[in-house]
Amino acid sequence: MKINDVILQTVTKLVVFIILTFGVELFFSGHNDPGGGFIGGLVLSSALVLLFLVHDIETVEKGIPVDFKKVAAVGVLFVVGTGVGAVLFGASFLSQAFGHFELPVFGSTELATVVLFEAGVAMAVVGTVVTIMLSISEDV
Amino acid sequence: MIQTMLTIALVLFAITITIAVIRIILGPSMPDRVLALDVIGVNLIASIAVFSVIMKTKAFLEVILILGILSFIGTIAYSKFIERGVIVERKRDR
Repeated sequence: MKINDVILQTVTKLVVFIILTFGVELFFSGHNDPGGGFIGGLVLSSALVLLFLVHDIETVEKGIPVDFKKVAAVGVLFVVGTGVGAVLFGASFLSQAFGHFELPVFGSTELATVVLFEAGVAMAVVGTVVTIMLSISEDV
Repeated sequence: MIQTMLTIALVLFAITITIAVIRIILGPSMPDRVLALDVIGVNLIASIAVFSVIMKTKAFLEVILILGILSFIGTIAYSKFIERGVIVERKRDR
């Protein structure tokens, strides 16, 4: 039976970008406001889950040729790397540093190593959630 | 005055959510339950907005966005499960 879901696919083309933008905004607002790597990763993975729902798995894997198990592994590597990197500088495990820099366009900007840690957490969450979704849907 | 109105609105939202929960439990067919779940999502969003007006804070506005996204995806997943019996397809047959 041929199924007509033009409206759903057209809405999804717009909504996925809104959800991805909101996820990135949540990821960057995690320093002083509600947000952070975990919830940003969950929102990003919900956008991917919406893509997998509306289209099928093979179409999305042709468009986004990423192995999500490797994404989770690289994220965990980032998290452990920022922890061990603090040990290399003589500080205790997982201690973080920040500084103020003069950048050409942005002016005085505060850069922190917590962002790397949060990026690792976000990548681990995205990889894990998408892997769980795909491996649950395998059996059906 | 406005505080009383907001409190009454919260109580009415709570009553609406209770009625929708009754519809989920009793609901004769599956689409009734899906529609009741969507009603619960919309009423949760509205009651969180009223609550953030009462508390005079902006901290709950992201919660509203996330609830909207999750309720949208959940409704789509339930509808697709009712219509086709499978949620995520390996290869679409057409």
